[in-house]
Amino acid sequence: MFRPMQPIVSIKNLSKTYASGFQALCGIDLDIRQGEIFALLGPNGAGKTTLIGIVCGIVTATSGSVTVAGHDIVADYRAARALIGLVPQELSTDAFESVWATVSFSRGLFGKPQDPALVERVLRDLSLWEKKDSRIMTLSGGMKRRVLIAKALVHEPRILFLDEPTAGVDVELRQDMWAQVRRLRDAGVTVILTTHYIDEAEQMADRIGVIDRGRLILVEPKAELMRKLGKKQLVLQLHRPLESLPAGLAAHRLELAADGAELTFTYDVQADRTGIAALFDDLARAGIGFKDLRTTQSSLEDIFVSLVRKP
Amino acid sequence: MNLRGMRAIYVFEMSRAGRTLLQSVVAPVLATSLYFIVFGAAIGEHMAVIGGVPYGAFIVPGLIMLSILTQSVSNAAFGIYFPKFTGTVYEILSAPVSPLEIVVGYVGAAATKSVILGLIILATAALFVPLSIAHPLAMLAFLVLTSVAFSLLGFIIGIWANGFEQLQFVPLLVITPLTFLGGTFYSIDMLPPLWRTVTLFNPVVYLISGFRWAFFGLTDVPIAMSLAATAGFLLLCLGVVGWIFRTGYRLKR
Repeated sequence: MFRPMQPIVSIKNLSKTYASGFQALCGIDLDIRQGEIFALLGPNGAGKTTLIGIVCGIVTATSGSVTVAGHDIVADYRAARALIGLVPQELSTDAFESVWATVSFSRGLFGKPQDPALVERVLRDLSLWEKKDSRIMTLSGGMKRRVLIAKALVHEPRILFLDEPTAGVDVELRQDMWAQVRRLRDAGVTVILTTHYIDEAEQMADRIGVIDRGRLILVEPKAELMRKLGKKQLVLQLHRPLESLPAGLAAHRLELAADGAELTFTYDVQADRTGIAALFDDLARAGIGFKDLRTTQSSLEDIFVSLVRKP
Repeated sequence: MNLRGMRAIYVFEMSRAGRTLLQSVVAPVLATSLYFIVFGAAIGEHMAVIGGVPYGAFIVPGLIMLSILTQSVSNAAFGIYFPKFTGTVYEILSAPVSPLEIVVGYVGAAATKSVILGLIILATAALFVPLSIAHPLAMLAFLVLTSVAFSLLGFIIGIWANGFEQLQFVPLLVITPLTFLGGTFYSIDMLPPLWRTVTLFNPVVYLISGFRWAFFGLTDVPIAMSLAATAGFLLLCLGVVGWIFRTGYRLKR
């Protein structure tokens, strides 16, 4: 049975206008559920990083409020921030420090007692153990990204923010990272990630929020979003091109494509009846033969593009 | 209080000094030794005794101040500017540490380094000239107060600075001239009356005078004024730091 839980992050009517006059966020309302993976999707400059920055204490909101597990991020910032781990978008590291020292530093900074066994576990989980004594400046970009994740995880946060975690990251690290994110979710950590790679959100997220020009356009469970907006198309390659659609087929959602050589039929996968059988019957009756067929399903990317292009 | 967070920042800053030992300790000690050789041994022979103190010894407090002021400012400014420059400041800002804890961590480390440096220079000076310290506790108090006050100033400069040039600007173009003109190498009584009056507007005069009093019991200005000036400057810097964190000036967007 579904039991509504108190949201772990609750954002209310949040706006941010920078000193330059640029309005980065405009009246954002968003609740993040405990234990979910939430993907914040949006083009560059949409306000994703600003939103994360406000929740984490790096950016000051112009108006609105945020609570983290019930703690206001301004009035009760210690309690709120202690629960949050942040992996920033930029590879900002202390170049001259060793991996071990910088990760231990983060734990201390968040007020936790030193725990070498835990630091070791975090480093091993991220395949950083071999590099623990290396200076960060000698590491590759992917390794630096791992260091930032280790720093964010070492104080055992309940909420992890990943800002564009896979920007400039190779396939292997990307797979590792997703495995790590799933492990965290299984351990009860709430994960909020921003991305402009749609496939990332599609693979990982439980829920998706789309942000564009500072406004949250929609928030939906991923499956719901795919179902609602996801349509499937059946493309038939005809034996003989058609000049126009025969009147007998007007009842179907059909379009002629490729100079009449292809017929495209759009249908809803979730519907009780897709209408495919009826279409085939009518095609046979009209004497239209086809030599091949294929189906395509709209991806999150198509949905996304159609959303943010709306004026 | 997040004492662990404060300590993490302090230890981080102190270990940075370990890595840059050459720059933070060896260079000022070498520079001071050179001053002693030139002004103490070579020129000092031909200088009059000031207030019963041989010239070589007379310049010791001023030289220590010169190093402490520039090093406090540079060190604290760099300490907070560098994370801003590299972006690692995100972690400090997103951590459950209060502004006070951040300041104590950064400024405390910079001031500690300055005090240690001052004591090293003092020990170096003792190799060149015979020294006696009339008021050791007052000497230490002045050393600590000045280190803290100028580390606070450095912290402010580090937050204000938008580039490495601005970072160098205040230590090079403000602190060093004020210290040279503030009686490091002379008693301001030796100046013509007009310049003496002008010099009294130089805050560093009060610091050096007070510090010298702790050594030799000699003052250019009353000791109470020296204390008041040092404390006043400290409070002013504290006020500015408080304002910075209230407004997020150049720290938060």
